[in-house]
Amino acid sequence: MNIDSLVLLAIALPLMGAAFNGLVGLFAPGYRSNKTLIGTLGTLCVAIPFAIGVLLFIQFDHDAHITRAFTWMSAGDFTADFGYRVDQLSLLMMLIVTGVGALIHIYSIGYMRDDPGFWKFFAYLNLFIFAMLNLVLGDNLLVLFLGWEGVGLCSYLLIGFWFTDLKNSEAANKAFIVNRIGDFAFLLAMFILFKDLGSLDFDVILAGGASLAPATINWVVFLLFIGATGKSAQIPLFVWLPDAMAGPTPVSALIHAATMVTSGLYLLARMSSLVLLAPGVMTFIAIIGALTAIMAATIAITQNDIKRVLAYSTVSQLGFMFMAAGVGAFFVAIFHVMTHAFFKGCLFLGSGSVIHGMHEVEHQLEEEGHEVHLDPQDMRTMGGLRKYMPATSITYLISTLAIAGFPLMSGFFSKDEILFKAFEYGYSGNGYAWFVWVVGIITALLTAFYMMRSYVLTFRGKERWPNADRIHPHESPASMTGPLWALAVLAIVGGFLGLPGVIAHGDLNWIHHWLGAPYGGPVAEAVVAEHEASFIVVEWILLILGGVIALVGLGYAWRVYNRDGIEFDQKLAIDFRGLYTTWANKYYWDEGYDKAVVKPVLGLARRVMDPFDRYIVDGLVNGLGSMVRAFSSLFKYLQTGVVQNYAVAILFGVVLLLGLIIFG
Amino acid sequence: MEIPVDWYLALSAILFLLGVIGVLFRRNVIIILMSIELMLNAVNISLVALSQATGDVSGQILVFFVMSVAAAEAAVGLAIVIAIFRNKLSVDVNDFNLFKH
Repeated sequence: MNIDSLVLLAIALPLMGAAFNGLVGLFAPGYRSNKTLIGTLGTLCVAIPFAIGVLLFIQFDHDAHITRAFTWMSAGDFTADFGYRVDQLSLLMMLIVTGVGALIHIYSIGYMRDDPGFWKFFAYLNLFIFAMLNLVLGDNLLVLFLGWEGVGLCSYLLIGFWFTDLKNSEAANKAFIVNRIGDFAFLLAMFILFKDLGSLDFDVILAGGASLAPATINWVVFLLFIGATGKSAQIPLFVWLPDAMAGPTPVSALIHAATMVTSGLYLLARMSSLVLLAPGVMTFIAIIGALTAIMAATIAITQNDIKRVLAYSTVSQLGFMFMAAGVGAFFVAIFHVMTHAFFKGCLFLGSGSVIHGMHEVEHQLEEEGHEVHLDPQDMRTMGGLRKYMPATSITYLISTLAIAGFPLMSGFFSKDEILFKAFEYGYSGNGYAWFVWVVGIITALLTAFYMMRSYVLTFRGKERWPNADRIHPHESPASMTGPLWALAVLAIVGGFLGLPGVIAHGDLNWIHHWLGAPYGGPVAEAVVAEHEASFIVVEWILLILGGVIALVGLGYAWRVYNRDGIEFDQKLAIDFRGLYTTWANKYYWDEGYDKAVVKPVLGLARRVMDPFDRYIVDGLVNGLGSMVRAFSSLFKYLQTGVVQNYAVAILFGVVLLLGLIIFG
Repeated sequence: MEIPVDWYLALSAILFLLGVIGVLFRRNVIIILMSIELMLNAVNISLVALSQATGDVSGQILVFFVMSVAAAEAAVGLAIVIAIFRNKLSVDVNDFNLFKH
């Protein structure tokens, strides 16, 4: 098979899987109970594209290959094709999406087994993979946007998967509406690009970008970034992501940690040569990223819901990626996207395994007739799970170390590369990068602290659920622990794809060589000042500093939470009084939006739209009705129901006609 | 002595008018049906008279059609009257006002 048909097959398979499981499940209820069949089909429809991705990766010969499926629309001199681009960046994203996606599909077979909506879940997941592949493989902004909206839709469907609970539907609505704001900016950016360049193809945009007026470039990059803040959960549009944890845990792992939320970074990396032309906006991106990172990290310290800790951690890590993009190191951002997909996917799946186990405890308690309400996601009722769920515990610990930046784990390399790039960019005379660097260091410390906190509270110490001496959870089935191990291994070794510059002068930094424009890749990067030979000492110091910070954060959390358990939170609350309250209340963003946006809009609706509806819209409709009635009441007395009256009318009519014929 | 055709036509007109008045002003539905028969037969008279005056036989043939239609009409009409009577126990057209607004 040639490349074209392979690419199209990879994109079509998840769609076919979604259509088959969705439609057959919808119209043939008997099919729904074939869970093994549904799960296998769904998984194959992602695993085969992954295999295709690997094949394309092996065959790849350093030239972007463009596949045109068919012309999507053609109007005047504007055409948009369903064109797909296979190059270094899209291949890497495709491998992440389908690889992690396939693992999470396998995991879902175990996790969702008892859910009556099993078929629907797999149909949605496959649809998501289809949309995501469109997003990363699209050759023009329009196909990318199609995927962008598609993943948004799937995100909405899957957050509200258990829609019978109003809270979940509200979370889904919130995600959808907040993303709309970002999407609107994205649309505007596309309009501007189309107006000035006449095409949305990447080749045209990236080649013609330099010829645009500086103000235009600034606006385009700014609007694209606003679009990215929606999808990738940055200030000010991040508020939907923590609430999105209402969805099933595999969804949180796949969509809200590993793939969809990183599409904003993909967009910036794809547009990197354009972004580099707007240094002012880059400053903005870096600062927003840094603020988001530290804000989310401080909130994460105070959260007790295991998935919310991970959600804020995701927001924080996304902030790191935007910091990298803001200092012009787009390939590092993509590197962190990749390692983050591994360890955060593993962490979320691990939390799912824990929730699975705590559900079991809840059921056992209910069977014994206890009237306890146990929140299976609350870390305050966990503890000591290490004994009962060894595989989950070990993989969670590995990923915790990886995200914290424990030396030689994947997060160590990617996060240090971000911090180093910020430092280097500051060193090259861009003042704001220093700020980003300092914030990044503090956030890295906080990350290590809150992640170890979540590990210790969940897996170590005493069991805190009721009747813990008799009732305890069990390890999840192999379909769930298998993906955990696979992701944990990736979380350990993934970092070696991007070895830092101190080793062989960066010649072993595979990801840089693969993606970077200096080596013929599609991802441009900022020019930095030439280093003196002694700079390597600074690099070593920074590398060691990164490791030390991770160890300090991890070690401190390990010590205090093993010693005091959950009570240490109270100490923190007392020590940091006002700050801690602010963190625990998530900096009052939701309350602020409620006051600043939601309430005024609803108030306006009540005060303006309601009368408008009642008197103008309704008035128009009702007025039309009563007008017809009034008009008809003039004539209704003609309908006497007395046949002879009608006969008289006929007679006069006939006489009149005859008169006309004879005398007319 | 030949009776001029005008007389026949005058008779026909008078009978027709009587029929119209009967249909319009009588309340008894049976009488109304009879008045309709009267109108039809008034037309028949003029048809026959004119046919005889002009020597064209087609007018007389038309009369047969009219008579057979009249018979059918009477049968259907009376059947309807009986059906209504069963419902309303009345033959007064003022009681038949289902179509009133």
